[in-house]
Amino acid sequence: MILRLNLLRIAAVLLCAIFLVAGPAAEAKKLRVITTLTDLASLTQEVGGDKVDVEALAKGYQDPHFVEPKPSFLLKLRNADLLVSVGLDLEIGWLPPLITQSGNSKIQPGGTGYLDASQFAEILEIPQGKLTRAEGDVHPLGNPHYWLDPDNGRRIAKGIATKLGEMDQEDSAYFQQRYQDFAKRLADADRKWQAEMAPYRGRMVVTYHRSWPNFAKHFGLDVQGYIEPRPGIPPTPSHTIELVNLMKRESIKIQLIEPYFDLKTPNSIASMTSGKVVVMLPSVGGKPEVTDYFKLFDYDIGILTHAFQEIK
Amino acid sequence: MGSSAVGQQPSPTPATSQDISALLQKITDLEDRVVTLEGQVRQLKAQGAQPPAGAAPAPAATPEPGVAAQTTPANEPRLGGAGAAAAKALNPDISMIGDFIASAGHNPINPTPSFQMHESELGVQAIIDPYARGDFFLSFGETGVNLEEGYITFTALPKGFVAKAGKMRAAFGKVNTLHNHVLPWVDRPLVTQNLVGGEDGIDDAGVSVEHILPAPKNWFLDFTGQTFRGDSSDVFTATNKNDLSVVGHLRLYKDLTDNSNIDLGGSYSRGHTLFGTNFIQQQTGENFIANLYGIDAMYRWKPLTRSIYRSFVARSEFIWRQQNQPANLGSTCPSLPGGCPLNIAPGFQRAFGFYTSADYQFARRWFFGGRVDSSDRAFNAHLNDKGGSLVLTYWPSEFSQIRGQYRLTRYAENFDAHELFIQVQFALGAHGAHPF
Repeated sequence: MILRLNLLRIAAVLLCAIFLVAGPAAEAKKLRVITTLTDLASLTQEVGGDKVDVEALAKGYQDPHFVEPKPSFLLKLRNADLLVSVGLDLEIGWLPPLITQSGNSKIQPGGTGYLDASQFAEILEIPQGKLTRAEGDVHPLGNPHYWLDPDNGRRIAKGIATKLGEMDQEDSAYFQQRYQDFAKRLADADRKWQAEMAPYRGRMVVTYHRSWPNFAKHFGLDVQGYIEPRPGIPPTPSHTIELVNLMKRESIKIQLIEPYFDLKTPNSIASMTSGKVVVMLPSVGGKPEVTDYFKLFDYDIGILTHAFQEIK
Repeated sequence: MGSSAVGQQPSPTPATSQDISALLQKITDLEDRVVTLEGQVRQLKAQGAQPPAGAAPAPAATPEPGVAAQTTPANEPRLGGAGAAAAKALNPDISMIGDFIASAGHNPINPTPSFQMHESELGVQAIIDPYARGDFFLSFGETGVNLEEGYITFTALPKGFVAKAGKMRAAFGKVNTLHNHVLPWVDRPLVTQNLVGGEDGIDDAGVSVEHILPAPKNWFLDFTGQTFRGDSSDVFTATNKNDLSVVGHLRLYKDLTDNSNIDLGGSYSRGHTLFGTNFIQQQTGENFIANLYGIDAMYRWKPLTRSIYRSFVARSEFIWRQQNQPANLGSTCPSLPGGCPLNIAPGFQRAFGFYTSADYQFARRWFFGGRVDSSDRAFNAHLNDKGGSLVLTYWPSEFSQIRGQYRLTRYAENFDAHELFIQVQFALGAHGAHPF
C-alpha cells in the first residue's frame, strides 16, 4: 500500500515535471520580444505575426520620458529574447537600471538581443554645436519622437523584420513576407491619410512639446512654436504671452497637445486666440480603440482634420 | 535635313504608370538606404567607431553631436585596444550633484552648521565590457572625500544572477540603499541615525548576489545576499579577516493597478560590534555580535495619464537592533581606540525604531510631505528619541531641487530641538538613473 502511494506520488511529480518542461518547449519556437513603447510593439507584431510574443513596457497614454522602472518590468525583461528600444536617450531615465538588473545577458546593450530602433529612422532636430541644459531637456542625438512618421514606421518594421530573421533564421522568409505585406498596407493607408491632410498642407500650428516634428514633416504642417518655453520646462506666463502674440500675428489656431499634459495653459491660449486645442495621441494605446500603428494615424488624422474644418 | 534627322529618331515612349511606380519605389529604396546609412553613422559615433559585430557595447553616455570618430594615427598610443577618438567617445558618464544645506534652530545633541556644502557627489558610470558595468560615487564633503560606492556589476551571469563586487550601500531596508540626493527629506530618519549607522549607513566593501525567485503570477520576488568586510560606521567593526558581516534582503512587489503598487521587504544583517576586538573577547570570553532585523513597506500611486503632475508615496521601516555589550564597561571602554559611545549601557541591548512618511505631489513642480520618527538608541535601548518633520519641495527642473524642512526632535535627554532646513540640490552631467 505504501509502495503504491509512493509510486503515485512519483508519477504525479513526473507529470508535473513533464508539463513544466514541455510547456516552454512547445512555445520555444516563439521569440519573446519586449519593446519600450507600444508603437514598437505594434510594428513588431505586424512583422512577427504568430512567431513572436510581444509586449511593451510603457503604456500608450503615459509620458515616455517619465516611466517608472518598476520591478514588474524585470519579470518581462528577464526572459526576453529581444528588447527593442526607441533610443536617442528617450528612455535614459528608466531603462538602463532595468537592463542591468534583469540578469538577462542577451538584452544588454551590444548584446544579440538588444535593438535600438533609431538606427533605422530618419532623425530630425539633431542639435549642432555645443549643447547645454540652458536649452532645457534636449536630446543630444536628435528628436526621439521619430515613429510618428509612417515612413519611419515602415523602416523600423523592416529593421525589426531583419533582426527577427537573424534570430530565427528558419522563419526569416516569413518575417520578410509579413514586412512586405505591412509595407503595402501602410503605403495604401498613407495615401488615404495624405489625401485627407492635403487641404491643410502648409498650415501653421503650435505644439506643447517637441513631439511632432516627424509627423509635421510627413503631413506638411508648419510648427511655429511650442507651449513649453524649453523642452521639459513647464509653460511660463511671459513665454505664453509671446506665444499668444505670435499666434495672433500669424493667425495660428491649432495647438497639438499630448494626452499627458495639463490643458489649463493650452485652453487659456485657445480662448485668447479663438483657436482649438487638439489632443493628439503620440502612441498606440493612447485610447482603448487605438490598438495598432494604423489606428494611431487614423485617430490623429481624423481628429486633426476635424479641428481644421471647425476653424475654417 | 536636321529636322528630318530628328524626326527619324524614335520618339520617347510615354512613361506608363508601372514605370512611375517602379521609379517611385527606387526613390523610396534610395531614401531608405540613405536613412539607414545615417543611422549607422550615428551608431558608430555613439560606439566610438568600434567594429559593429561582437564589439564591446557602447557606454550609456552619448557623445555630443558633431564629435565625429577620427582615424587614429598609427604612431599614437592605443588605450585598451581603442584609438584616441574611441577613447574619448568611450568616456564614462560623469556627473556631479551638489547638496547645499542651510539650517536654523538650536540642537546641541546633533548640531549642524548654519551653512554647509553638505556633499558633492561625483558619479562615474560606464559599461565595462559585454559582461559588466562599473559605477563609482565619490562623496566630497567640505573637508574630505569618501568613496561612497565603487563596484562592478556582472550583468551576463548564467541563470539570471546579478552579482556585484566592490564597496556598496548594503541592501538593508530602503533608506540605507539611497543616496542623499534621492531622499525625500533633507535628513535621514532617527531610526537610521540611531540604529543603522546614520548617513553613511551599512556601506562596506564586499560582494553581492541578487536573483529573482519564482513567485505567483504578477508578483515579483527577489533575494539579495551580501557579505562585507564588516566595517560600517558604528554598526559593525572588523578587527580581523574573520569578522565579516552579512546582509540578506527579500523583496516582494506587486502592481495593484496600472497606477499603484506595493513594495514589501524584509532584511537581516549580522556582524561584530566595536566590542568584538580579540582583546576584549579574550578578556570576557564573549562574542559581541549585532543582529539587525528590518521590515519595510511602501505604497506608490501615480496616475499614468497625469504622472508628471500627481503622485503619492507612503513608506515605513521598522528596525530592530540587538547586541551584547560588556557588563563591565568601566574596564572595557578605555581599551577601545575611540572609547565607548556616550550614554552607553552594559549588557544586552534590544533597540527598536521606525519611521513613517508620506509625500504628495500636488503640482508638476511641487511636493508636500511629512514624517514621524521614533527610535531607541543602539548602545542604550532605554533611551528613546522621537520626532516629526514637514517637508515642502520645489523642482525648477529635473536637474535642480529646492527643499524646506521643519523638524522637531524630542531627545531622550528631555530636550526639544526645533530646526528649519533649506536644501538646494543641483545636478551636472549625465547621472544614471537609480533602481526603483
